[in-house]
Order: sequence, then structure tokens, then C-alpha cells
Amino acid sequence: MNEAKKKGFLRRHWIDILTVTVLAVLLCLLAYAIYERFQFAKKWDLFLEYFVENRGYNRLLTGLQNTAIIAVAGLLIGFVIGTLIAVIKVIPPYRKPTRYAQKFCTFYVAIFRGTPIVVQLLVGYYILFPIMGLTLPPVTACVVMFGLNSGAYISEIMRGGINSVDAGQLEAARAVGLPFSASMRKIVVPQAFKNILPTMGNEFIALVKETAVVGYVGAVDITKCFQDLGSNSYEYMIPYLVMALIYIVIVATIAFFVKWMERRLSRSDRRA
Amino acid sequence: MTDVHKGDIVIETKKLTKSYGSLVVLDSIDEVILEGEKVAIIGPSGSGKSTFLRCLNCMEDPTSGAVYFDGVNIADTRVDINRQREHIGMVFQSFNLFANKTVLENIMLAPVYLQTRRLRETRRKNLLRRIGNLFRRRKKPLLPVTDTRQTIEERARKKAEELLCRIGLQEKRDSYPSTLSGGQKQRIAIIRALAMNPRVMLFDEPTSALDPEMVGEVLDLIKQLAQEGMTMVIVTHEMGFAREVADRILFMYGGKIAEQGSPAELFEHPKNPRTQQFLRSVL
Ligand SMILES: Nc1ncnc2c1ncn2[C@@H]1O[C@H](COP(=O)(O)OP(=O)(O)O)[C@@H](O)[C@H]1O
Ligand SMILES: [Mg+2]
Repeated sequence: MNEAKKKGFLRRHWIDILTVTVLAVLLCLLAYAIYERFQFAKKWDLFLEYFVENRGYNRLLTGLQNTAIIAVAGLLIGFVIGTLIAVIKVIPPYRKPTRYAQKFCTFYVAIFRGTPIVVQLLVGYYILFPIMGLTLPPVTACVVMFGLNSGAYISEIMRGGINSVDAGQLEAARAVGLPFSASMRKIVVPQAFKNILPTMGNEFIALVKETAVVGYVGAVDITKCFQDLGSNSYEYMIPYLVMALIYIVIVATIAFFVKWMERRLSRSDRRA
Repeated sequence: MTDVHKGDIVIETKKLTKSYGSLVVLDSIDEVILEGEKVAIIGPSGSGKSTFLRCLNCMEDPTSGAVYFDGVNIADTRVDINRQREHIGMVFQSFNLFANKTVLENIMLAPVYLQTRRLRETRRKNLLRRIGNLFRRRKKPLLPVTDTRQTIEERARKKAEELLCRIGLQEKRDSYPSTLSGGQKQRIAIIRALAMNPRVMLFDEPTSALDPEMVGEVLDLIKQLAQEGMTMVIVTHEMGFAREVADRILFMYGGKIAEQGSPAELFEHPKNPRTQQFLRSVL
């Protein structure tokens, strides 16, 4: 009885426990650094000098903003692309254009899921966009590439969502005379969207974390900002610790909202 | 737009065949549904009743053969099937109300969508004509546009509310389907089809998924429609109901219409041994 309760507690709060543990470990590391090097005060002063007096926080604000822009815009673009791909993939393949479109979608998904996002960023920024005659600012290029990338992942999520909607819904829509496209838009996709909302939340978290590589093409995000701060001051420990903390706070916040949303959704389902 | 049939034929199938791989589910069926007729389809499970019904509005594409609705072969892939399905109401065994729409939205969705689309098309044509008229000496007249998005919606809402009133569910107009009983769902599914003013209604075992105490209310509504002269094709296991409502009974067996006739003939004096056997097992 008590044992079962303990298990339930673990299962319910494992993410909190994990977070607390990670924080504790980080704190220990911090303490260790103070103890070991004894130069902590000096390092902290150096950090403050670069971060506060030299207005490093301005750059951090830009970094936060860019991370947010890339992740949110990437998610939205990815959602549109992913939904489109998922819908194309469930069209009954009677006509030739449909089959070609479906082949293309499969190819697209394979490409974007089969290569690291850093590689996609580099190829896009240094090869594809220049070839097309586009000179995009780094952040815009990142938005595009992350949009294209998450489109591939979201298409798979969305396809699962569409498959989880009762086939009778599409049938009924077609039976009253709605075309396939309108049936999808008005009936199936909205229901699929509700089913995949929690998964989309997790996809968003993944996206936020993945944006840490945008420095490769010169976009200033949270990571890049602290990297530069470190190399300017020749002191990396504190900037990187602060950076890690910032990511944890952001991700934990989003995760909290995702859980909250999930609970609300399941409650409305139960009432139904 | 090949054959045009004169007279009262609403739906006609010619050599209608459907197979899944090597399994022949419908075997070259020739059948005619006349205006105002109530046709009941009975037969053992797996005999192809649902498939036949679903071929009548091309929810399943026939493997070969033709289905004429109002003289148009709707099995022809060049025909805009959505234009035709508007006039063929369909009611499913599992109701299939749109789960993400309220009751009222369920009923209004298709009429509003289709009329709005027609309005948009007319406006587009008028725009083209207006542009063309700039260069024409003899001006082409514009197509009349009397509707707006608002009037279309208003009309659909009025009609939907009337229909809801008719089945006594007006207080459910803003509820979601998941909060309704099976009988309520099915009656709403029926008026959702009615809201399109269909020429013919297809029912696929409309009461099979219902708790016994709700079968009556749904059958009563269908009977009312029958009395009002609606043309209908009903796949059913309710023999009493079929006998009472139908003008003609089709008995299907093995993908064919094995026997047909008036209820009196078919129920009292079945000729085909399969029919006799089936009736013995269900009556
Ligand atoms: N999508 C399908 N794929 C393969 N076989 C099918 C499919 N739909 C129906 N069938 C087969 O067709 C036959 C007739 O089915 P159906 O028309 O539903 O019969 P009924 O409604 O008379 O019970 C059955 O043997 C069934 O297994
Ligand atoms: Mg059936």
C-alpha cells in the first residue's frame, strides 16, 4: 500500500525530481568551482563586467528574441508544411499527380529527417539560398530552414493525428457533398490537431533546444551570445552555467504549459 | 453527361460491379429506383448490401458498370461527384456527426459551404464578364446575384432550426454530438441530410447501433419522411419496419439481388430458397 503510493508519487513527479536533481548537480558544480579555484569572485566580477557594464544583457535580449523567433516561426511554418504533407499523403492515390506529390513528400521527409539540422542550416545558408540568388539575413535563413525541417517531423505527427480520427467523419463530410479538401480542412484536420496538441508541445520544446546551433550561420541566439561573452572575457565557466540555467528555465516553463494543456484536454474528453 | 433518362427514374445502376481484389462483392447489378419509391434492402451479413448502397452515391467507386443519378453517370470520374452528392442524402449506421461542430453547425455546414462556393463562382464569372465587356461592343449581361454570405447563412440557420424543431431537439442546437444519446444523434444525422433538400435518401442500417429503447424514435422519423413522399433506399434488419414502410423489398445474396417484390409477396411467398432460409432465420 505504502509501496504503491511511493511508486505513484515517483511516476507523477519524476520530471520535477529530475529537474531538481539537475539543478542540484549544477549548484554542486558551481560550489565545487568556487572551492577548487578560489577565483570565483574574480570570475564573477569579470562576468558582471562584460554582462552588465559592457551591456552584455542587451545582446542576451537579442539572443532570447532570436531564439523565440526561430522556434515559434519555425513551428508555425513547420505546422503548415507538415499538415500539407500529411493531407497529401492520405489522398486516395487514384490520379497520377497525386502519386507524384506523394512521392515528393516521402522524399522531402526522408531528406529532412535523414540529415542533421546543422548540416541543413549550412547547406541552406551557404549553398541553396545563394544559388537561388537570395541573400537572407541569418535569422530569416534559420526560420526558413527550421520551418522546413520541423515540417518533416510534424508531418509524421499530423499523419498519426489524422489516422486517429474516425474514418466515418471524412465519409460523412464527403457524403453531404464537401470536396476532399474542404472535408479535411473543416472536419478532419481540426480533430487531428486536437489529438496531437500535446505532441506538438513536445515538438516545440525539441525545436527550442535545436535552435542552439544557429550560431553556425551567424545568427545570435542564447548560445551564441554566451559563447561570444565567454571568448571576449576569456572566461567560460560562468557564462555557460548561466546559459544552461536559462535553457532549463525556458524548457521547464514550456513543459509546464504543455502538461496543463494536456490535463485540460483530457478533462474535456472525459466530460464528453 | 451521356444518357438522359426521361420519366421518373432517380437512380439506375447498369451492370454495377464491385470487387476487392479477387473478391466480387457486387456482381453486375441492374436496378432502378423510381421517384417517391421506398426500397428496403435485406439479406444476410456480408451479402453486399452496404456496398451496393455506398455505390449509389459513389462513396465506393464501382469497379465497372454505371450508376445513373438524374440521368448522369456518376461513376464516370469526369463528373463532379460533389455536385451530385448534394442531392443524395446518406445516413450511416454509426451516425458520423461531425465531432468538432455543434448540432446546428453540423446541419448548416454543407448548405452554407456549397451555396457560398456557388456564390463565389458566380461572382468570379461576373468579374470576367465585366472585364470582357470593356472590350465588347455588345455587352454581355451579368449573371444575377441576389445572395450574400449573410443571407445564405441566415437561410441555412432558419432551415436548420426548423428541422431541429421538427424533431423536438431545438434546445440541443449548441451542444456537441458527444453529449447526445444515440437516438438523438441519428435523428440529427437524418435532418443534416434533409437540410440539403435531397432527391433521395440512403440509409445504411440506421438503427443497428442504437440501444433498443431508441430504435422507435428513429424509425418514426424515417416513417414520417416516407409518408411525405421522400424517395428512399434503406438497408435494414428491422423486418417489421421494412414491411410497413417499403414499396419494394430487395433480397441480396452473394453480391446479387436474389429476389425482389412487394413486401406482401416477398414475406408471404418467397420463391428463392435462399430468401426462405433467410426469412426463417430472422422472423
Ligand atoms: N474495404 C473493403 N475491402 C475488402 N473487402 C471489403 C471491403 N468492404 C467490404 N468488403 C467485403 O465485401 C463484402 C460485403 O460487405 P458489405 O457490403 O458490408 O455487406 P453487408 O452490408 O451486406 O453486411 C464482405 O464480404 C466484406 O468483407
Ligand atoms: Mg452493412
